[in-house]
Amino acid sequence: MHPAYSVIFFTVASGAGLGLQVLLAALLLAGHVSPVSPVILTGLGLAFVLISGGLLSSTFHLGHPERAWRALSQWRSSWLSREGVLAIVAVGSLALLIGSAFIAPLEALRPLGIWGSLLLPLPTIAATAMIYASLKPIPAWRNGWVVPSYLVLALMSGALWLGAITAPFSGILPGQVVFALVSLVAGAVVKLGYWRRVDRPEAAMRATGLGPAGTVRPFDPPHTQPNYLQREMGYRIARKHAGKLRRVAFVAAFVVPLALTLLSIVLPHWPAAGAAMLAAAIATFGLIVERWLFFAEARHVVMQYYEGE
Amino acid sequence: MTTLPKSTGRKLGLVIDLDICVGCHACAVACKEWNDGGSGGPLSDLAAYGADPTGVWFNRIHSYEVDGAGSGGCGGGSSGQTVYFPKSCMHCETAECVTVCPTGASYKREEDGIVLVDAETCIGCKLCSWACPYGAREYDQVDRVMKKCTLCVDRIYNDALPEIERVPACVSTCPVGARHFGDLGDPDSAVSALVEDRKGYGLMPEAGYGPVNRYLPPRARRDREQAAAVTLPADLCDDLSPDNRLLKWVDRLFSR
Ligand code: SF4
Ligand code: SF4
Repeated sequence: MHPAYSVIFFTVASGAGLGLQVLLAALLLAGHVSPVSPVILTGLGLAFVLISGGLLSSTFHLGHPERAWRALSQWRSSWLSREGVLAIVAVGSLALLIGSAFIAPLEALRPLGIWGSLLLPLPTIAATAMIYASLKPIPAWRNGWVVPSYLVLALMSGALWLGAITAPFSGILPGQVVFALVSLVAGAVVKLGYWRRVDRPEAAMRATGLGPAGTVRPFDPPHTQPNYLQREMGYRIARKHAGKLRRVAFVAAFVVPLALTLLSIVLPHWPAAGAAMLAAAIATFGLIVERWLFFAEARHVVMQYYEGE
Repeated sequence: MTTLPKSTGRKLGLVIDLDICVGCHACAVACKEWNDGGSGGPLSDLAAYGADPTGVWFNRIHSYEVDGAGSGGCGGGSSGQTVYFPKSCMHCETAECVTVCPTGASYKREEDGIVLVDAETCIGCKLCSWACPYGAREYDQVDRVMKKCTLCVDRIYNDALPEIERVPACVSTCPVGARHFGDLGDPDSAVSALVEDRKGYGLMPEAGYGPVNRYLPPRARRDREQAAAVTLPADLCDDLSPDNRLLKWVDRLFSR
């Protein structure tokens, strides 16, 4: 599938933002920090920028962004619609949480903002993943690893960004470090699991049904120039590049952030803060490569009509 | 509404005879011509006369070389067969192109099963084209919405047309009669009988979309066994072999 930058940016940014939102809500519920402390407000602000920036960028690939509101109507059947509705309510509760720090009448509604921020982001991320996981014509996406990958990677990047924010202020709490380390390992496991799964040969759907008569080879293309389908679904990355990029993604998303997080435990305050920020930035880069591969490596069955079965 | 009707009154669709299609592309052209001015259009083209033309077509004619077992002729080449393969929307019963649509622009009609897109509501998210295993949806880069085969909904019910023309444009234009239109939900219809008789099949049943259109497989070729049995005389094969001195000389002459 063609890796569209707007969609890659959207899933990575909103994933990190939503992960960060859940963790901030958990932190507030645990009562460790005040909801109006600079560290929490910085975190909430960053989450807001990441999620709304992601949502905005996702409208860039629409033919008619001005009609985007219509996408909220079909939640009965469409995961894209469900995602839209959930994302808006999640951002709404985040905005409420931020607003309650500045606008006195909103203060009474703060618990609503906290609980919304705790409960809504994960279903939103799962809905995003289901958009892909529900597509039967793309076997690489239609498997049990997609939803866990999206959830774990969102929480993981959220945890790293939370570390990057809390480190300069109060230092990272031990619980936070443990969570970050666990999520990094979990992230590495689900991604390896996903890659193993997509490398397994599939019982292919046969496009033309002419198979029983013999081998089917495209003989003369239906049109001289590539059409919409080939541009959208025909993107194909060479195997050797894919292998290299997988290694880049793995090292940047999991290995380096894991090392830096461990390092931040033993380093003094400011170097530790630097390590935490670097970990978040490098992991985000790694996740962008990972997301690019998620699209570039996925093959749509329709290409069989063009390339043979 | 993008939830699918539980059942449709009729299941209108196409039956395509792969045995007699000659790959002339007349149906694709007739489709483009009718729908460009019809309710499903316009169907935009970009750089139509440029180096890299592209545009919206609801019907595309692939062609395949199907290798049969057996061999004949010089060097034991296989007796292959060329199959022309027109492809358009199958008006699926479980049309997931419809259920994934977030706006309700895509819908399946309860009365006849036709799958349509409302160009006024479509936001151009393209998700439906990802959900279609058959590549039946085409994005219009000028109107920035999704378009697709309407089964010529503006012809088949059109009282202004003589009755014989109230079939999809592709069906009425096919010069060899390789395309049939009718109600595949009615076991007594002419198209159902044809499918029954010729063992018509739907594409990619594994996808679970319940395509309505049917393809009639190419008949076994009468000359296949004969072709396989024919062994050309050895001296003729020698004349044609790349080791032939005359051919080598011609080759060198033209390679200069
Ligand atoms: S062929 Fe594709 S576009 Fe047509 S109904 Fe089936 S899934 Fe939808
Ligand atoms: S491109 Fe249009 S018709 Fe297709 S899913 Fe999106 S809104 Fe629906």
